[in-house]
Amino acid sequence: MNTTTRYLGQAVLYGAFALAIGHFSTAPAYTHLAPDQALLKLSFSHGAQRVGACRDRSDEELAQLPPNMRIRQDCPRERAPVIVELEMDGVPLYRAALPPSGLSRDGSASVYRRFVVPAGTHHLAARLSDNAKGDFDYRAEKTLTLAPAQVVVVEFHAPAGFQFLH
Amino acid sequence: MEPNIRTQALAAVRAVEAVFDRAFGAQDNPLRHLGALGFYFFWVMAVSGIYLYAFYDTGVTEAYHSVERLTHGQWYLGGVMRSLHRYAADAFVVVIGLHLAKETVNARYRGFRWFSWLTGVPTLWLAYASGIGGYWLVWDRVAQFSATATAEWLDWLPLFGEPLARNFLTPAAVNDRFFSLLAFLHIGIPLLLLLAMWVHIQRISLADVAPPRRLGWGTLAALAALSVAKPALSAAAADLATEPGHVALDWFYLFVHPLMYQTSPAMTWALTFGATLMLAAAPLLSRAKPAPVARVSPPDCNGCGRCVADCPYSAVQLIPHSLKGTYKLQAQVDAALCASCGICAGACPSSTPFRSIGELVSGIDMPQLPIDALRRQLNAGLAQMSGPARTVVVGCDCAADVSTVAGAGVLALSLPCIGNLPPAFIEYALRRGRQGVGADGVLITGCRGGDCAYRFGNEWTEQRLAGAREPHLRAHVPRHRVQMAWANGGEEADLARALAAFRAELVQKTVPAT
Repeated sequence: MNTTTRYLGQAVLYGAFALAIGHFSTAPAYTHLAPDQALLKLSFSHGAQRVGACRDRSDEELAQLPPNMRIRQDCPRERAPVIVELEMDGVPLYRAALPPSGLSRDGSASVYRRFVVPAGTHHLAARLSDNAKGDFDYRAEKTLTLAPAQVVVVEFHAPAGFQFLH
Repeated sequence: MEPNIRTQALAAVRAVEAVFDRAFGAQDNPLRHLGALGFYFFWVMAVSGIYLYAFYDTGVTEAYHSVERLTHGQWYLGGVMRSLHRYAADAFVVVIGLHLAKETVNARYRGFRWFSWLTGVPTLWLAYASGIGGYWLVWDRVAQFSATATAEWLDWLPLFGEPLARNFLTPAAVNDRFFSLLAFLHIGIPLLLLLAMWVHIQRISLADVAPPRRLGWGTLAALAALSVAKPALSAAAADLATEPGHVALDWFYLFVHPLMYQTSPAMTWALTFGATLMLAAAPLLSRAKPAPVARVSPPDCNGCGRCVADCPYSAVQLIPHSLKGTYKLQAQVDAALCASCGICAGACPSSTPFRSIGELVSGIDMPQLPIDALRRQLNAGLAQMSGPARTVVVGCDCAADVSTVAGAGVLALSLPCIGNLPPAFIEYALRRGRQGVGADGVLITGCRGGDCAYRFGNEWTEQRLAGAREPHLRAHVPRHRVQMAWANGGEEADLARALAAFRAELVQKTVPAT
């Protein structure tokens, strides 16, 4: 192979390398969400009520404790799981009993879920139980019109309850 | 990898390499310098990254706008630097991938290579982690998509108290400090990557960490041309209130996100962890028979250090001589590092077959084929040779099989590596040897340039024969009776052609030995 042909070959191979790098650095485009879809995100972090009731220690019990630990109330550490339900247009989207975090199960229960939904008007209903009995003590409903690609976040903050951020 | 699949893959790799050889020459062939190109692209990223960092503002809105100002306000330098940074990062992934594929096909994960192989595995993750943060710094729609997807992916692991993805729920969830953290990580993780790359090459000497100058300039020119022709641009600014629909992904880094959305985070972790475990376990899964270790004969070692200089894996060192009153130093072999290539024996000045002792003992030698056994093979072969253009073909076990060209008038000797051949053997073969019968020519073969299974066997041999490296082939040896013809495994036909041409030349030029 003479010098000219070699240089030509090098130019072709360098060009192919650059072309491949340039192409795959932006293409093909990935369709993450169709043009008629929107996104619903359910997310919160909430510490539920404790599984048992607190009780007051007697004076004798307090006296047996080191001075720095003499706190009148004695509460169980473990929290109840948070039960959450989300419906859209009467159809259940999500239901879960979220366990509290931590080795002693005394931390917050957290959730993050994403739902790809059709754009348009939808009726959302959310319920949450944060007590040991499992009674839904928080409820919220909202009718929303979701534009294509719009993100609606269903959050929860006690004591205000559910919020629909859009 | 199944042997027959590996053989076919190896043939394909060699065919592609042959195409590149024709255009670049073996010495400048990028496929023979993939590791060096990896280091090179790292430095291109480092230099361009330092420039970009000088103009980068950490802030939710400032991040995007500072990159836009740099890209469009000084497109001639800042824009080109940004594009170079991006494309060098992409090229880095390409050469890492090709390097991994080539080493896999060549089964270079077994035996003494386990350390280099194993330390290469974390560099894959560090390279990915280094790169992906760079996309987030821009904080455009691609960054938004990638950051959210990565958080969702990480959230599958039971590591975090609260889901990381909650940090990208709403526009208000992201604050300026996030970008300070990102900038810190985008500097810190590449430094860890550099450390990992340094560890990766610790068990090899004279590591190829810089490509040949022409290849370096050519590659840089290609990336620079690409940077001008197709500058790296930002998408629209990130907006967490809406989800990106079509994303112009950089597939070299962000391929994980579509994979996760098309399958699941669990499946993506299973695939990535599974692949990582497979790679890490490859040296264990394919146990190679323990290779013999080079052994030192202290009475024959004068501590010259040529074996130390030539060992491709830093397996030989000099220690105080064990025999007092002789020489100050002697060689010592680290069995864990020895590749069993025999290049050290080829470098030893005591490996000359002209020594008139009963049993030829070299200062450093290979148990599987000692220098004395090689001399006996050569003597026996020379005694049986007949006909015109009697030729000794010396090759290696890793390249073209020299036994395929053995026959009347052709003596074929195969060594662990062609670097195992002391040059004095060539002169010995031509000067009739001790049996009174000499060869008309010696053909040296082995792996092609840049492709030696033991890194430097062919290169050191070329230098020894050219008189540029010790021990050298003496000047009075007629060079027309010595020829080198490199041929990889599977290229036996090329070797046969080269041998036929050489023997034809010998018939014309050589006065037959009487």
